[in-house]
Amino acid sequence: MNLQQNAQRSEELESVVVRFAGDSGDGMQLTGGQFTLASALAGNDVATFPDYPAEIRAPAGTLAGVSGYQLHFSSGEIFTPGDDVDVLVAMNPAALAKNLPFLRENGMLIVNSDAFTAKLLKMAGFETNPLDEDDTQLEKYQVYPVDLTRLTRDALVETDLTSKEVERCKNFFALGLMSWLYERDLQILVEEVETQFGSKPRYLNANLIVLRSGYNYGENSAQFMVRYRVPAAKSGVPGTYRNVQGNEAVSLGLIAAAHRAGKELFLGSYPITPASDILHFLSKQKALGVLTFQAEDEIAAVCATIAAAWGNQLAVTTTSGPGMALKGEAMGLAVMTELPMIVVNVQRGGPSTGLPTKTEQSDLLQAMYGRNGESPMVVIAARSPGDAFYTAYEAARVALKYMVPVVLLSDGYIANGAEPWRVPDLEDLPEIPYVELDSAEGLPDGFQPYARDPETLARPWPKLGTPGLEHRLGGIEKWDVTGHISYDPDNHHHMTLQRQARVDGIAKELPATEIFGDDSGDVLVVSWGSTYGSCLTAVRLLRNEGRSVSHVHLRWINPLPRDLGDIFSRFNTVVVPEINNGQLFSILRGKFDFNGRRFNRVGGIPLQIEDLTEVIIDSLSS
Amino acid sequence: MTTQPPRKYKAKEYATDQDVRWCPGCGDYAILAGVQRSLAKQGVPPEKVAFISGIGCSSRFPYYMATYGFHTIHGRAPAFATGLKIARPDMNVWVITGDGDSLSIGGNHFIHLLRRNVDLNILLFNNRIYGLTKGQYSPTSEVGKKTKSSPMGSIDHPFKPLQLAIGADAGFLARTIDVDAKVMAEVTAAASAYRGTAFVEVLQNCNIFNDGAWENIAAKQVRAEMTVRLAHGEPMIFGKAKDKGVRLDGLKPVAFTIGEDGLSTSDAWVHDAHDPDLTRSMLLARMEGPDLPTPVGVLRSVDRPVFDVEVRKQANAAGSGTATDVHDLLKGRRTWTVS
Repeated sequence: MNLQQNAQRSEELESVVVRFAGDSGDGMQLTGGQFTLASALAGNDVATFPDYPAEIRAPAGTLAGVSGYQLHFSSGEIFTPGDDVDVLVAMNPAALAKNLPFLRENGMLIVNSDAFTAKLLKMAGFETNPLDEDDTQLEKYQVYPVDLTRLTRDALVETDLTSKEVERCKNFFALGLMSWLYERDLQILVEEVETQFGSKPRYLNANLIVLRSGYNYGENSAQFMVRYRVPAAKSGVPGTYRNVQGNEAVSLGLIAAAHRAGKELFLGSYPITPASDILHFLSKQKALGVLTFQAEDEIAAVCATIAAAWGNQLAVTTTSGPGMALKGEAMGLAVMTELPMIVVNVQRGGPSTGLPTKTEQSDLLQAMYGRNGESPMVVIAARSPGDAFYTAYEAARVALKYMVPVVLLSDGYIANGAEPWRVPDLEDLPEIPYVELDSAEGLPDGFQPYARDPETLARPWPKLGTPGLEHRLGGIEKWDVTGHISYDPDNHHHMTLQRQARVDGIAKELPATEIFGDDSGDVLVVSWGSTYGSCLTAVRLLRNEGRSVSHVHLRWINPLPRDLGDIFSRFNTVVVPEINNGQLFSILRGKFDFNGRRFNRVGGIPLQIEDLTEVIIDSLSS
Repeated sequence: MTTQPPRKYKAKEYATDQDVRWCPGCGDYAILAGVQRSLAKQGVPPEKVAFISGIGCSSRFPYYMATYGFHTIHGRAPAFATGLKIARPDMNVWVITGDGDSLSIGGNHFIHLLRRNVDLNILLFNNRIYGLTKGQYSPTSEVGKKTKSSPMGSIDHPFKPLQLAIGADAGFLARTIDVDAKVMAEVTAAASAYRGTAFVEVLQNCNIFNDGAWENIAAKQVRAEMTVRLAHGEPMIFGKAKDKGVRLDGLKPVAFTIGEDGLSTSDAWVHDAHDPDLTRSMLLARMEGPDLPTPVGVLRSVDRPVFDVEVRKQANAAGSGTATDVHDLLKGRRTWTVS
């Protein structure tokens, strides 16, 4: 494109944080998602943070109804959606009021000035109009009022859309304008709109007109004198990349695992925020051997899943915290019957209903201990949207290899966040070994359902329907090997240890723990789950300043890596930041002796890098 | 679902070597024997059968069957059974449950199983008491029943299991009595043959905590007078001397004596098990003494779409993907290359 046609300059930036904010019905998630894709396709590293209310459509113009989408795009490697926002796009006064605290000083503020009516200003709690010339409320920012509603209406004057329908198109004006401002490829967005609205030509046409109008507005109005360019990221493993969301990545990981294991994939699930998208995604994959069952409740979902595991499928149930609480008893049955099942918990704010659309790491202890009896389960946690693919794959591999139920922990931030992801080749993924018996031949003592592999302690997985392999499972304690009911004290003690040993034994195959930074020093930051990005970024910043701080991230919580205690002993202080009240910290405390410090902030949002650097600096001995 | 057997089976081939641990004199022994005989008669290979139970006395059942078996958790057997049928439609699945298991803690799964019409059989052992927890009133206990947890008498209005099942649009309903081997054989055979969820209520005695649970209809000396054997297309005639009938006065069932008031066999209500309308099924489900005989046999057998069949239909319609398709899915719609 020709940048010489007007007086506008182009300026290069390393990274930018943009936040789109509007009413729940304003299409902010869609707009943000499409801008993210255009940025990823331009070669930027991206990290996103959708921030939306639990109410589907809170009354328009209210603070409760504000939906936001934050995107960080960069020419360098990034791991978080960013603490401070560089550019805020606010579609109405409520969106402005709610998101202004995130905007950095001198940040760019693009507002839909048409929405700043007396009524909407009052609903948002503004006593005066911050866009008025003599008003000082926004003096710390670069304010760009744009008549988004009017401009959208003007662009669509030739169409027969109703005024309500016209109103709904204005997010595309904002998207077009932002695309111009950050030199995004308009053609990519055009194709995206075509895919999204292909089946609704009426809206497709209108949205395309408005998208182009927004772009041209940037080009032709004298309001914006500078365009910004964030060059493509330089590094990166060669390969084919895509943009992936966490829930999607979990689904893909499970499908890949089922395919590699030569199994049908069974999903038993009950709709719950923020896990439902996994159910939606998988229910579309019937052609790839995926069977989905939307059960009558969380309990039925897990029970059906256990039965599917018994019926020789790769069996998964997906939920969030309150749902996992309901599944607890059945999860214990899976432990007792030693069946391979995966429970995906996409954590949200708790307790109780808590904050359904927000993120939290507060189900770790529930995953570890939230069942009656001594009921150990494998616990693995995803650290980012792309990583969710590999953790899901690992969850499946370990479940089948060891005949154990596995909890996979994700969270709302991973589930809805997106990042670039290198698409793996199926053949490059690890093999999934398991012992499935499909014949009673060669079994000298007949079939023994709890006869174990001496290495993995896994019991065999008999193929249902095979003559000679008939057996009875159940929640009552069983004799080891024979699987008959047993109330024998010594046997119960033995089986209790056996169930624990099978989980603990997995640690033997875990790779050596990777340490970012020096392998000994002053402070070691230990993270798990979605705080990975914030912790790594904070440690990087401080290491660049020459501080003695290293970082370890845990994918496996149960079992923990075997070298962890040794690593801890090489640092003066171990800092454990979590979006809970110290759950991993208490697990680590129970296993290792170390000088520790926890950092906990349970706000339903990712940890801020600034808070982390502060606590790390404060923990340094010098 | 059953394929033609390569050989004949004997009832004892369905029995395990485990000691049966029900109380001496429990009605469950007769049900166990009846089911084993019935499977042998139908020639279902033991390896193709799965018995799934919840928790309670009845739920020990799978341990005594030399088939595949799963003693699950309280009230949830229908959910396990549904999962298994989706995963393995080739298995012949039976749910064994009790009045507490399926109508109290498992009420939700029970109605949803019937609603979906998964291809399996449910035997509900209704003894109107919690036996395994040693005698509390159950959701089928009669009002006024004095138990350990209802010393002044139960004030809970009881469920009629068949009536509840009709509310969930059940396609197959039957009732039998633990001690009546003949009806037991007949209804288990009919349940097996039915494609969909076949629900069988078994009136069962608990000689420890609720002895005589069904004495007023099941006792040998009164059974012929207090029950009516249903047979499709046959008039409802009962009584030891076959001298009584049930007729419909509008939509009100009324018992009558043949030959009295000018009424004859031809006035009796002719049972239509295949009537898709639920009205008459409901009348039968609610029929009970002292003025009316309790119906036993198959109350209703009406075809409906079968859940697990529909699941597989959709899967088949979607086609079968290859590794390339999996890889394409991983790639998604939009990719870029880093070299």
